[in-house]
Amino acid sequence: MTFPILSSLILLPLIGGLFILLSRSSDKSNYQSSKYVALFVSFANFFVSIYLWYTFDPSTSDFQFVENRLWLEGFINYKVGIDGISILFIVLTTLITPLCIISVNQSINTKLKEFLIAILVMESLMIGVFCSLDLVIFYLFFEGGLIPMFLIIGIWGGTRRVYSAFKFFLFTLLGSVLMLVAIISIYWITGTTDIVELNNLGVDVKYQNLLWLAFFSSFAVKTPMWPFHTWLPDAHVEAPTAGSVLLAAILLKMAGYGFIRFSIGLFPIASENFVPLIYTLSLIAIVYTSLVALMQDDMKKLIAYSSVAHMGFVTLGIFTMTQQGLEGSIVQMISHGLVSAALFVCVGVVYDRMHSRLIITYGGLVSAMPKYAILFMVFTLAAVGLPGTSGFVGEFLILMGVFQKSFLVAAIASLGVILGAAYMLWLYKRVIFGELINKDLLKMLDLNKSEIFILISLAIPVLFFGFYPEPLLNTIELSISNLIDSYNYNLSLAK
Amino acid sequence: MENINFILPEIFISLGIMFLLMVGVFKKNSSAIVYTLSIVVLLITLGLIVNYPSNQEMYLFNSSYKIDQLSTFMKIITIISGIFVLISSYKYTKIEKIFKIEYSILILCSILGMLVMISSYDLIVFYIGLELQSLSLYVLAAFNQNQTKSSEAGLKYFVLSALSSGLLLYGCSLIYGFSGSTNFYLISENIHSSEYGNVFGLVFILVGLAFKISAVPFHMWAPDVYEGSPTSVTLFFAIVPKVAALTVFIRFLYVPFINLIDQWQMIIVFISLASMILGAVSAIGQKNLKRLIAYSSIGHMGYALAGLAVGTNSGIQSSIIYISIYLIMNLGIFCCLFMMKRKNKFFDNLEDLSGLSKNHPIISLSLLILLFSLAGIPPMAGFFAKFYIFMSVIEQSMYFLAIVGLITTVVSAFYYLKIIKIIYFDPPKEIYDQDHHFGLKISLTIATLLILFYFVYPSGLINLVSQINLI
Repeated sequence: MTFPILSSLILLPLIGGLFILLSRSSDKSNYQSSKYVALFVSFANFFVSIYLWYTFDPSTSDFQFVENRLWLEGFINYKVGIDGISILFIVLTTLITPLCIISVNQSINTKLKEFLIAILVMESLMIGVFCSLDLVIFYLFFEGGLIPMFLIIGIWGGTRRVYSAFKFFLFTLLGSVLMLVAIISIYWITGTTDIVELNNLGVDVKYQNLLWLAFFSSFAVKTPMWPFHTWLPDAHVEAPTAGSVLLAAILLKMAGYGFIRFSIGLFPIASENFVPLIYTLSLIAIVYTSLVALMQDDMKKLIAYSSVAHMGFVTLGIFTMTQQGLEGSIVQMISHGLVSAALFVCVGVVYDRMHSRLIITYGGLVSAMPKYAILFMVFTLAAVGLPGTSGFVGEFLILMGVFQKSFLVAAIASLGVILGAAYMLWLYKRVIFGELINKDLLKMLDLNKSEIFILISLAIPVLFFGFYPEPLLNTIELSISNLIDSYNYNLSLAK
Repeated sequence: MENINFILPEIFISLGIMFLLMVGVFKKNSSAIVYTLSIVVLLITLGLIVNYPSNQEMYLFNSSYKIDQLSTFMKIITIISGIFVLISSYKYTKIEKIFKIEYSILILCSILGMLVMISSYDLIVFYIGLELQSLSLYVLAAFNQNQTKSSEAGLKYFVLSALSSGLLLYGCSLIYGFSGSTNFYLISENIHSSEYGNVFGLVFILVGLAFKISAVPFHMWAPDVYEGSPTSVTLFFAIVPKVAALTVFIRFLYVPFINLIDQWQMIIVFISLASMILGAVSAIGQKNLKRLIAYSSIGHMGYALAGLAVGTNSGIQSSIIYISIYLIMNLGIFCCLFMMKRKNKFFDNLEDLSGLSKNHPIISLSLLILLFSLAGIPPMAGFFAKFYIFMSVIEQSMYFLAIVGLITTVVSAFYYLKIIKIIYFDPPKEIYDQDHHFGLKISLTIATLLILFYFVYPSGLINLVSQINLI
């Protein structure tokens, strides 16, 4: 029996959270120490996951570090394991979480302990989502994540926080319950919910379409795809910075991951049937939400809509079923995780100082906050997809994949790239450049040390993977090609 | 006379009641002693039940009384929840001045009635048990004479319950008339759906039972009675009689009426769907917590019935698991209600919870866990309860029931979230008293921890329940 490294990744934040919960008193020094505990735990988790990535063997597409324990005897085992697809998301999660914890310095004033607990619980649930190898375990983690996020938005959010929290919770719950029906049906159809076994057994063709739709209802809400995206701008706008970061960087990726792992892996024939649907919705998402983003006067809303557009690229890439498309989607998800997290931190920085998210409040920030201007620029360009940033790698690969399938779709999607450049650069121009009209802005201090630390630690991977994406692609390559092979094999069987 | 051992719990509890009555009559100011002794009586009864676990089925008194795994399990949870009701409501009853000898004795009486109901294998024995528990409950509902609301609740419950008991009795006599026996097994041998009298009898009995577990459309009494009765009695109402009624439901459907499954399955599916939908929708507008819990319990009964409607062993087992988890959740919620007092006055409106998290972080955290569990969000125990139900429902391909059930989960999640919103997002109010009775704290802790950590070892409960095989 090897050391259960994945379970310890899941448990470590929980133990940290319990530790904070049980430490008494609520004076200021206690706040500091609980923060140190949370930081320590999340950094420890980060290093464990880096070690995991380091020891991960990319020369096989099998699941590694598998743990299999009796759980619900006779029904369901607790089974976790990772392959090339999931390891990257785990590393992303463990990277983002400590940065979130650092960022609470400025923005969270009340109930800091509870906030830290919520973030740590969130982290362990999200790691659980990415490494669970059983549908029921996956559902458990997937749904459990709603609770801390609901509280993060609802307790520490902005003025319309209650509305947003409810909308977020009920939308996602409604999508997910249908997935639960599908999961139970799969159990009764095939006799197992173990993903590895299901991949070997396959699901009967006559059920696939309905099951696919049930899973789609959950993932489409979570991604979010047009027209199920309306909860996202609300949730983002009202959530505190750390909440927005978690939401954009990791929660949205759970759905993309779900599409790859479950929709394609389990229901290949249905996936093939529904490709036109996905293409249509993705294209609408890319073009329509880009246009909507252009018209926003709230910075957070703009970035939220841009997330919808970027996730549109991701779903487009996933359902091309080509090596480039799928690899691009994963790189794009990782890149979007880093970039959108950084952009929300950037908005949080000025919001903490001015308490306004409206673009019109700002202008000419470059003279007041030069360091901020530089870092903001890096991430703006990464969001645009400038060569040399990770955003470029993702979008380029996706478009390559799409071109192989359909020229028209690729052409429309490319339009989204142009629109993306338009709204991001325009945002940057209006906030950073121009004449400094609002005299209050002069009093604003430039980035402090912790903010610089957060943004630099996000900028390094963005630039590094922009110039040298090999480590990412190398890790996922075999898992993806294996997925595509079995997909094509199943299709040929059906014909 | 060997068999008398198996009915020792019932005999002991009856003797206990009589003894306690004597103590109450001949000793002045003996309510504290009676209270303590009733808990002791219940504990000993529990011990007696556990001591004679019958691995095989035992028939007593000319097959009118049956002891099997189902009855043993249900008796155990009935008595345990009875004990927790007494323990957790100690201080409440004292403050509300209903801490009298009759209070504990009536609870014992109704528990005795339930034990008889659970084990009954004959229409007459069943009816005697039912009446014993109902009569005790009428008095309990009206126990707080100082409040008109309580008397009103008692009267309402009495009138409606008497009506339903009448219907039930009418159904029993029809069944007896058409099948020629009162014994469950003999009925199942002689019952045929071709005789309309049997179907009528079945429907009347189902109506009476649906009334007892407050399933739609026979739920009207629940909100008023829940609201009007003293909170400790509401807690009792909300959890203990439901166990007995559900057992009887299982017994009736799967022993005497098993051959009429085509007739009753539709009825149960309808009742279940209607309860789920009504429980979810009408709880949304409630302002009083006790009323809200009444509607939510209507919804929960809908889920429990969905398990019964399936017609398989796994369905019955999922129902039993559901009711067990439901008991724990409701116990926890009521413990929190008992803690909401300020200067000897209890509060039970939703707005009284406003900002509770600021001054009472522990109670709020427990409520948070319990409410998410009631809403059925993983990884709380409430999710597993629903999961088992829908496992068995989907096994029989009853997709409509499953999908409607899950969508009502989302609707009902709304009002649970609303309570959480009031606790966590709203501005705080005055601080509540902190001097809680030890038993109350223990009950809340146990309930919360069980709900929270159920996912660590979910097999335990399943293994226990999986021994219950009726078909």
